[in-house]
Amino acid sequence: MHNWRHASPDALHGPASNARPGPRRSGLLRWVIVCAAAPIASCQQTGVLDPQGPIASAERLLLINSTAIMLVVVVPVILATLGFAWWYRSSNARASHSPDESFEGRIEFVVWSIPALIVILLGGVIWIGSHQLDPRAQIPAKADPLRVDVVALDWKWLFIYPDQGIAAVNQLVIPAGTPVHFRLTSATVMNSFFVPQLGSQIYTMGGMTTHLNLLADEPGEYPGFSANFSGDGFAEMRFIAKAVPAGDFNAWVTQVRGAGSALDDAGYAALAKPSKAVPPATYRSVEPNMFERIIDQTTAVPEKARAGAAWCPPVQAGG
Amino acid sequence: MLGRLSWAAIPLDQPLPLYAMGVVVLGILAVLALVTVKGWWPYLWREWITSVDHKRIGVMYVILGLVMLLRGYSDAIMMRTQQAIAVGNAQGYLPPDHYDQIFSAHGSIMIFFVAMPLVIGLMNFAVPLQLGVRDVAFPTLNSVSFWLTATGALLINVSLVIGSFARTGWMGYPPLSELAFSPDEGVDYYLWSLQISGIGTLLTGVNFVTTILKLRAPGMTYMRMPVFCWTALASNLLIVAAFPILTATFVMLLLDRYLGFHFFTNDAGGNQMMYVNLFWAWGHPEVYILILPAFGVFSEVAATFSGKGLFSYRSMVLATLGICILSFMVWLHHFFTMGAGADVNAFFGIMSAIIAVPTGAKVFNWLFTLYRGRIVFKTPVLFLVGFMVTFVIGGLTGVLLAVPPVDFVLHNSAFLVAHFHNVIIGGVVYGALAGYNYWFPKAFGFTLDEWWGKASFWCWLIGFYLAFTPLYVLGLMGMTRRLQHIPDPSWQPLLLVAEAGAIVIFCGILCQIAQLYVSIRTREQRLDLTGDPWNGRTLEWSTSSPPPAYNYAVLPRVETIDAFWHKKRSGRAPGVPVGVEPAYENIEMPRNSPAGFITAFFAVFMGFALIWHIWWMAIVGVLAAAVTVLAAGWSDEREHEISAAQIAQMERARLGA
Repeated sequence: MHNWRHASPDALHGPASNARPGPRRSGLLRWVIVCAAAPIASCQQTGVLDPQGPIASAERLLLINSTAIMLVVVVPVILATLGFAWWYRSSNARASHSPDESFEGRIEFVVWSIPALIVILLGGVIWIGSHQLDPRAQIPAKADPLRVDVVALDWKWLFIYPDQGIAAVNQLVIPAGTPVHFRLTSATVMNSFFVPQLGSQIYTMGGMTTHLNLLADEPGEYPGFSANFSGDGFAEMRFIAKAVPAGDFNAWVTQVRGAGSALDDAGYAALAKPSKAVPPATYRSVEPNMFERIIDQTTAVPEKARAGAAWCPPVQAGG
Repeated sequence: MLGRLSWAAIPLDQPLPLYAMGVVVLGILAVLALVTVKGWWPYLWREWITSVDHKRIGVMYVILGLVMLLRGYSDAIMMRTQQAIAVGNAQGYLPPDHYDQIFSAHGSIMIFFVAMPLVIGLMNFAVPLQLGVRDVAFPTLNSVSFWLTATGALLINVSLVIGSFARTGWMGYPPLSELAFSPDEGVDYYLWSLQISGIGTLLTGVNFVTTILKLRAPGMTYMRMPVFCWTALASNLLIVAAFPILTATFVMLLLDRYLGFHFFTNDAGGNQMMYVNLFWAWGHPEVYILILPAFGVFSEVAATFSGKGLFSYRSMVLATLGICILSFMVWLHHFFTMGAGADVNAFFGIMSAIIAVPTGAKVFNWLFTLYRGRIVFKTPVLFLVGFMVTFVIGGLTGVLLAVPPVDFVLHNSAFLVAHFHNVIIGGVVYGALAGYNYWFPKAFGFTLDEWWGKASFWCWLIGFYLAFTPLYVLGLMGMTRRLQHIPDPSWQPLLLVAEAGAIVIFCGILCQIAQLYVSIRTREQRLDLTGDPWNGRTLEWSTSSPPPAYNYAVLPRVETIDAFWHKKRSGRAPGVPVGVEPAYENIEMPRNSPAGFITAFFAVFMGFALIWHIWWMAIVGVLAAAVTVLAAGWSDEREHEISAAQIAQMERARLGA
């Protein structure tokens, strides 16, 4: 991964080859690179540094750019801190000491300007990045987006495909190269839907709908989980987001339709009971408007409250 | 009769909580037995428990913080161990219901009962001395504040023995913290202990804002106040503005839990997002309540040990107040992932990044204070340098998290955990430890051992990097926080490194205990007879170590900033016997008062009774606490006078004349 460091002088590196480091220095350099690369290389499996879609790629780029912008100041500050502390130690006779309190308007101006300039630059990055990567923004692509409704339950994920009329638990199958539009809610406590390699996470909250658009570039299996603590079964609230070639997706839908049980009210009531480490499963059909009905059910005024309090405000769905 | 309390509340069937409970109960009994056998009760009652002296109260706050650090640390090492071993098929040694209590308790304790007491303790001790006054504005109230904080700390620890603690995380987000999902007493322990200590903190804020605005030595204008006083002012203004939000939010959650209200429930029109907003409207200022006094300590340390004035005092003051105001405009960055629109997210992202400007200016000012100084490498300076290096890294990752799209992939991850430990350990804890080493000789009249102090610093520094650098990497690898079980075996090596780091931090804590022990044993050789062991610049170094109860026999006159330094340079330093005795006047000092302790005593019963629904006891506790406070308020024998002759006698003895 770092072959260019050891490129032979006749490679196309031009001036760099003239400054070929001596053997000892190159050994040290190699060590530094290996040490720095080891943790990064180990991230290559599932992390946010290994994006598999346009959203995650853009977010990684922002991460790297913002870090680089700030390192321009942070590295000199760290070096200066260590350097000043060492050089101006009281036992150093060679350092010039000046006991008087110093105030220098020009230095003061620079002191405020440097972080201000960095923040102005970052402010632009933040504004543009926030708008480009708004989770609600549709991803431009040739294919029409696939709609998936996500419901967080105790402690598993229910994925409803309203257009296909099927559903799955702890298993998200999507076609690669097709944008996916998620509507998300929770039938229980707050959770956060997150597939690091595809990008943005978003909270799922009872009685409310959040929106998220993601796209997987290539077929593959990407781990997903809840990123907001939700109780005892939280650690096992995981699923695999499986991106398959477009043709395979239709085959999968057909296969799901042909087997398993139907997700009706009774089936949902059973599913909604708390359970941990639930293995993936599919439902051959789903009641229409299941997602909306789950939201209504979550926000419903309980009998007790309705009887006792006529002043309850109207329940708001959507958010 | 006993509400929901029954024998089932004591975890006799679970070995691990039982063991923890045994350690705590035996520890408390051992201390009580020692005090009784040695006959220390009258002394403790007279000199400490009923004391309203800000210095004594400050010391008690710091002791509370350090003792609770041990509890918070025990939680930390248990979590690190669980995550290091519960990988793949292994389930570790902590079941989810226990693990969830531990991380919730760790966060609550470290923020409310370690960091807060440490910074409030340092402010209590140093601010009146630095202002050149004899006590805070409301000394008895100060004692009430401390004892209410101690009440909260006690209640949170009672949950170890009786019942269980919250399993919701230290933020207590609903609806998880609502009755429907957390029906047991855990969340009630969380809410009542933080409510009671929160009232204490709010009273502290009122007290210190009043003290700093209204009580300063003659001639000490605002722009002559030491920087630590400025940061204390900013911090206490934030307390006064922010803590009522927390109290009100918790009242709403309590109404939900106790009286069937629906503020934050899923159903009946409740809105959990409101809690999250309100919680962080307190929570983000809280971060600055903690860090600003630490900045103040570092400013004092940098100036004192470089032997030169703080670079650009005015710009430090400006930066402090800027942070104070900006800290209220950034709360939404704690939940960019809640689905707000791009404009809202971008606004709060930019506001958060803007806080880096005054903070960055502060870092540069410390840097230029070191520049051309004559730096004496005592322990507080090591913490200063360690802080500057560590804190800018924490600042970098913080601004990174303020970029909303970056937060979308790092929110709630181990990266976030690493970031806030980076600023809280690298900022608040290092600052508190620097302040502890810096002001210890002033408080007790002898210096702390340097060797053990430096050993403790290196352990805290190396331990921090070992423990939290792996978490940064793990966050990038996709590890979220609060996992009782680790799904990916490739994370284990880094988790083991983090475990090692936590153990190194423990060595740091042990070194501090050793430092205290060694210093007390060898105190005769390390006496500070001058009152000014570090060649200090601010007024507290002009009185003796330890200072007399009245701090200054004659209130100092202030003509410049760094008043003591300028007096020393012009040969007019007070405290140094100069033959002619000043004309002493009678001094009115506040009387000791048991009001704080008695209020807290009843508050413990009130809190415990409310947690367990023992209504008669709650009513008795509330009434008794209220009557105590009112009785103390109406008492008109709150001061006693020390005559000029007595002062002269005490001063002669104190100055060895």
